[in-house]
Amino acid sequence: MANTHETGDFQTTQTLETFGFLPKFSQDEIYQQIAYIIAQGWTPAIEHEHPSRAFNHYWTMWKLPFFGEQDLGRVIAEMEACRRAYPDHHIRVLGYDNYTQSQGAAFVAYEGRS
Amino acid sequence: MSKSYQAGVKEYREMYWTPDYVPLDTDLLACFKCTGQPGVPREEVAAAVAAESSTGTWSTVWSELLTDLEYYKGRAYRIEDVPGDSESFYAFVAYPIDLFEEGSVVNVLTSLVGNVFGFKALKHLRLEDIRFPIAYVKTCMGPPNGIQVERDKLNKYGRPLLGCTIKPKLGLSAKNYGRAVYECLRGGLDLTKDDENVNSQPFMRWQNRFEFVAEAVLKAQQETGERKGHYLNVTAPDAEQMYERAEFAKELGMPIIMHDFLTGGFTANTSLAKWCRKNGILLHIHRAMHAVIDRHPKHGIHFRVLAKCLRLSGGDHLHSGTVVGKLEGDRNSTLGFVDQLRESFVPEDRSRGVFFDQDWGSMPGVFPVASGGIHVWHMPALVTIFGDDSCLQFGGGTQGHPWGNAAGAAANRVALEACVKARNEGREIEKEARDVLTEAAHHSPELAIAMETWKEIKFEFETVDKLDVG
Repeated sequence: MANTHETGDFQTTQTLETFGFLPKFSQDEIYQQIAYIIAQGWTPAIEHEHPSRAFNHYWTMWKLPFFGEQDLGRVIAEMEACRRAYPDHHIRVLGYDNYTQSQGAAFVAYEGRS
Repeated sequence: MSKSYQAGVKEYREMYWTPDYVPLDTDLLACFKCTGQPGVPREEVAAAVAAESSTGTWSTVWSELLTDLEYYKGRAYRIEDVPGDSESFYAFVAYPIDLFEEGSVVNVLTSLVGNVFGFKALKHLRLEDIRFPIAYVKTCMGPPNGIQVERDKLNKYGRPLLGCTIKPKLGLSAKNYGRAVYECLRGGLDLTKDDENVNSQPFMRWQNRFEFVAEAVLKAQQETGERKGHYLNVTAPDAEQMYERAEFAKELGMPIIMHDFLTGGFTANTSLAKWCRKNGILLHIHRAMHAVIDRHPKHGIHFRVLAKCLRLSGGDHLHSGTVVGKLEGDRNSTLGFVDQLRESFVPEDRSRGVFFDQDWGSMPGVFPVASGGIHVWHMPALVTIFGDDSCLQFGGGTQGHPWGNAAGAAANRVALEACVKARNEGREIEKEARDVLTEAAHHSPELAIAMETWKEIKFEFETVDKLDVG
């Protein structure tokens, strides 16, 4: 058991929900999570928002969800296009699950500069 | 032609043992595990259970002839051996739907587990399962919100919810209690919970608790940018005070309240669920007293029945055991009733103790809550067993962290997200538990210390209530 003087100071941080407590994902790690969304039969989708408005439920959609998309490369290309268009925005990847009428997955792939 | 009246005592099986009966889709079906007194034939025991839980009484009465008992009676229609147990047997009983008031689990239970459980011809009796016909399910409101609505409200996707019960469970002042809540939430938990014992005692009256907790929740929400909640326990001595507490939680902008459905009672629970639906508040359900009713393998009510009744009565979360922690719970049996909480259709599966197909129709799902004696080392198993649609609650495993609640919360959040990430990448996280957690701890000193603190704690006792297998 640690002594009092060894106790760490835990600082509160702004986090962006699921995977917010893990180190920033590498490109490969992002791709693996998108591959998981496709493999589950969910519809991948991309949203973006300025960090100052991140708490809102609704972020801006990047085009429509990619219905029926099976190609990981095309989702990645859209994500990169969104990132070029909005370099200072957070970019969130989600997987729409039409059976549960919910999102099976949602995580912020890139954080914008706040 | 009308029947003539003959006074006297008939054997139950003459009227209530109907092995040729084919149950209707609208019948409510029940499976009882019966242990009769020595010398009483199985058919007579099964028929007695059907009779005493429906239209029958010990003697023939003249007024029976004023109604159509053939329409209203319960029928014992099947008897089966209990695997590995020569003393007991299963009796299957079909009840016509018109025996029960619409939307009332209270009425169903009053009949099915009423007087019959004290019946002298029985040594023991256990209600193992009920098949509620979809026609009856549709008369119940069920969960006020359900899994999908809760995810949307709280903005939590793709992972289990993470919570903890505030400790010590009794004796904290309201302000110190709110401090413990704030520390947990700022550290990364989604939800914290009032202990079930906390209602409104002299050391902490409910208004004071609600006010300090509300400040803690809102501040943590603002500082982290994530949505947070605390289950404010509105279980109260009477329904009027229960509503008063619920109203105040809503006034404070709190997203979720809680109730104890067995000690509070099904009538109160159903009323509170309806209040929650009307007011857009989530409802967490605790299950104090359940082990009194469900733990004995030959007497009482199996928890899968209580879980089904709760889904009909209404609740968005229900405690369902952990399988791996300090409290009783067999893995397959737990999965059996977790399905009943979440799915829209659950097929019969004896390997999970499920005796009937159960169609839930469009009734919303309930989050199963795993809570009690669990810590970071259990995380890979918990994520595997319960999947994303669950709420994992680490009380001691958060607040027992050497650095305090916030660090304990962060340790659990890191462990949870590392497990979900690894699972999504296709790794077998239960087998690779040590590797997954150790890798995650490289960038989280909080997790590293939690792993060190709880590395030796295990709860390995035999389950008392096992599934019946040969």
